[in-house]
Amino acid sequence: MPTENPPTPPPTTADPRLDQPAQTYVLRLYVTGVTPKSTRAIANIKTICEEHLQGRYRLEVIDLYQQPQLAHGEQIIAAPTLIKELPLPLRRIIGDLSSTERVLVGLDLRRHG
Amino acid sequence: MDPSRPQLPKTPTGIYGLDEITGGGLPTGRPTLICGDAGCGKTLMSMEFLVRGATRFNEPGVFMAFEETAQELTQNVASLGFDLTALVAQGQLALDFVYLEPSEIEETGEFDLGGLFVRLGYAIDKIGAKRVVLDTIETLFAGLPNPLILRAELRRLFRWLKDKGVTAIITGERGEGQLTRQGLEEYVSDCVIVLDHRPVNLISTRRLRVVKYRGSTHGTNEYPFLIDEDGISVLPITSLGLDHHVSTQRVSTGVPRLDAMLAGAGFYRGTSVLASGTAGTGKTSLAGHFAAAACARGERVLYFAFEESPNQIVRNMGSIGIDLGRWVAQGLLQFQAVRPTFAGLELHLTTMHKAIDRFKPQIVVVDPLNSFISAGNETEVKAMLIRLVDYLKMNEITGFFTSLTTGGSALDHTDAAISSLIDTWLLLVAVEAGGERNRALSILKSRGMAHSNQTREFLITNAGVEVRDVYAGPGGVLTGSARLAQEAQERADDLVRRQDIDRRQRELERKRAALEAQIAALRLDFAAQEADALALIERERAREAQLEQERKDMAWSRKADAATATPTAMEGAQ
Repeated sequence: MPTENPPTPPPTTADPRLDQPAQTYVLRLYVTGVTPKSTRAIANIKTICEEHLQGRYRLEVIDLYQQPQLAHGEQIIAAPTLIKELPLPLRRIIGDLSSTERVLVGLDLRRHG
Repeated sequence: MDPSRPQLPKTPTGIYGLDEITGGGLPTGRPTLICGDAGCGKTLMSMEFLVRGATRFNEPGVFMAFEETAQELTQNVASLGFDLTALVAQGQLALDFVYLEPSEIEETGEFDLGGLFVRLGYAIDKIGAKRVVLDTIETLFAGLPNPLILRAELRRLFRWLKDKGVTAIITGERGEGQLTRQGLEEYVSDCVIVLDHRPVNLISTRRLRVVKYRGSTHGTNEYPFLIDEDGISVLPITSLGLDHHVSTQRVSTGVPRLDAMLAGAGFYRGTSVLASGTAGTGKTSLAGHFAAAACARGERVLYFAFEESPNQIVRNMGSIGIDLGRWVAQGLLQFQAVRPTFAGLELHLTTMHKAIDRFKPQIVVVDPLNSFISAGNETEVKAMLIRLVDYLKMNEITGFFTSLTTGGSALDHTDAAISSLIDTWLLLVAVEAGGERNRALSILKSRGMAHSNQTREFLITNAGVEVRDVYAGPGGVLTGSARLAQEAQERADDLVRRQDIDRRQRELERKRAALEAQIAALRLDFAAQEADALALIERERAREAQLEQERKDMAWSRKADAATATPTAMEGAQ
C-alpha cells in the first residue's frame, strides 16, 4: 500500500500522535494449529514487535484448537487474528500479517494512508 | 409415497405444514438454504426449526447469529412462546452471536475462517447438536474483506457441516437476479427454500416455495404461510382426494318448515350449504338459526364473520328471538370476526384452519363468503374455497356459507363460482311488488334428497324465521301484503259465491214449491171434473136403467110379444 511515508523504521517512535511512548502494548495472536499461515503470522508479528515496540509489548500466542471456548469469548472468526487489546481502541488484525504496513496501521503505529 | 422405496433421510422441522410439503422435513446431515427479502421470516423459521428439534425430537441445536445478539434473539422469539433461555440452560440450544465490526478489522494478509470453524465445532460438540443454523452468513461479506477467500471458505464450511453430519439451515438475503446476494445457492445445493412477502392489491401475504430438493420429491407450489403466536404455519394446498367419509346423519336447519322442505330432516352432516341472496334477504338470520339449533343440540359452532362484529350479530339475532349470547357464554359458539381485507386469502384460510383445529366445531358458518372477492381475484377465491370446503368435508364439519348476490347479476350466480362445491343451495330472493319488498326462499338444489320444489315466503318475525306458503295462483306468485290482500279478496269472493249458491238454491226451492202448488191445483181441478163426469155418467146410467125398467113395465102392461117386438120398440123409443 503506497503511503506518503516511506517505510523507514526510525520515525515510528517519533510519531507525534504517540505522545505516550512508554505505553505497553498487549497483543494476542489467535491461530488454528500449526499451519503455514499460523507459522508465518507468528514470525511476522515477532519481527514487527521487535522492530517497533521493543521492550514495551506483551504478546501471547493462543492456539484455538487447544482453547476453543476462547473463539466465542473473543469473537474470533478469521484465523489468524491478532487482537490489540491495549492501548485502546481495540483492533482486530486478520491475516498472516505479511503486509507490514497494514499491521502498523492496525497497531496505530502509523496513520492510515 | 411408496414406503418400501428407500427415501432420503429427512429431519422433521416440526413446523406446521412444512414437513408435508417437503415429504418429511429437511435433508438430514445436509445444509438447506432459506432465502428471502428482509422481514420475510427467515430467522424465525430457522429458529423454530431449532426449538422444535430441541423440544419435540430431542435434537439439540446451535444458532449462530450474525445479525442479532443472543439477547435480542431471545426477546424477539419470546412472543412466539419460545423460551430460549430455558433451552440454553437445559443444554438443548446454543446461541452464538458473531460480532463483526469492519472498522475494527484490518486485513494484513492471507486468512481463513478457522476461528468460525472452531467456534461452531466447539458449540456443536458441547451440546451434541444435530441441527445448526447460520443466520445470515452473508454478513461476513460485509464485515470481512476479500470475497474470494470468503467464497472458498464458505464452500469449505458447508462441506465441513456435511462431514459433521448436522442438518443445517443457512439463511441468505435475496439478491438481484439470483436467490441470494452472494450466490450462496451455488454452494448449498441440496435444498433451497425461498420465502417471499409481497403485497398483491395492497394485501401482503407470506409465501414459501421449495425451489430445489435434491434427491426427493417435494411440493412445487408457492405455499402461503403465517406467523402468529404459535410460530409458523405453512398451508399446503393439498390435493385432497374426493374420498372423505360421508355421513347419512341429518342436521336440522333450525327452522322446522325448512327442514320439512329438505325431505323432512334438514341438511346432511358434513355437507356444504350455501344461502345466497341479495342484500337483506335474511342470510345471516338463517345462519343464526342454524347455529343456535346446533348449539341447542350441544354441538360446537365456529362462526366466521367478515362483515359484522360478534356483538352486532348477537344483538341482531336477539331482535329476532335467537339468543346466541347464551351459547357464546357456554363456550359452544365461537366468533372469529375479521375484515376480509385484513389479510390475504391464504392467511385467512390458514387462520381458519387453525381456528377449526383448535375449536373442533361440528358446524362452521362463514358469513359472507364472497367478501373475500375484495381480498383477491375470483380464481384465487375459488381455489381457496375449494380448499376450505374440502377441509371441512374431510373433518365431517357441516359448512354453512352465505353469499351476497349483487344486484343485477343472475340469482343463481355466485361471485366465486363455487356452486359446484355446494351440496345444498338455498336461494333467498327479495320480491318487490306493491311498494313492498318481501322475502322468498327456494331450494335451488340439495344433493341426495327429495327436496321441495316450491318457493316459500320467508318471514323474519321477532320469534325467528318463519317459512310460509306463498300465494301461487292465476295472478302469479304473491308475497307479503299482496299475498294477504289476495287471500282476503279470495275469501270475499268465496263468500259471494257461497251466497250466490244459497240464493239459487232458495230460488229453486221456491220454484219447486210453486210448481207443486200448481200441480196440486190442477189435480184438484181435475178431481172436481172427474167427480162431475162420474156423477153424470152415474146419472145417465141410472136414467138408462130407469128407462129399461119403464120399458119392461110398459111391455108387461101391454102384454106384447117381447122377443120380436123389443128391438124395434127400443129404436122407436130413442
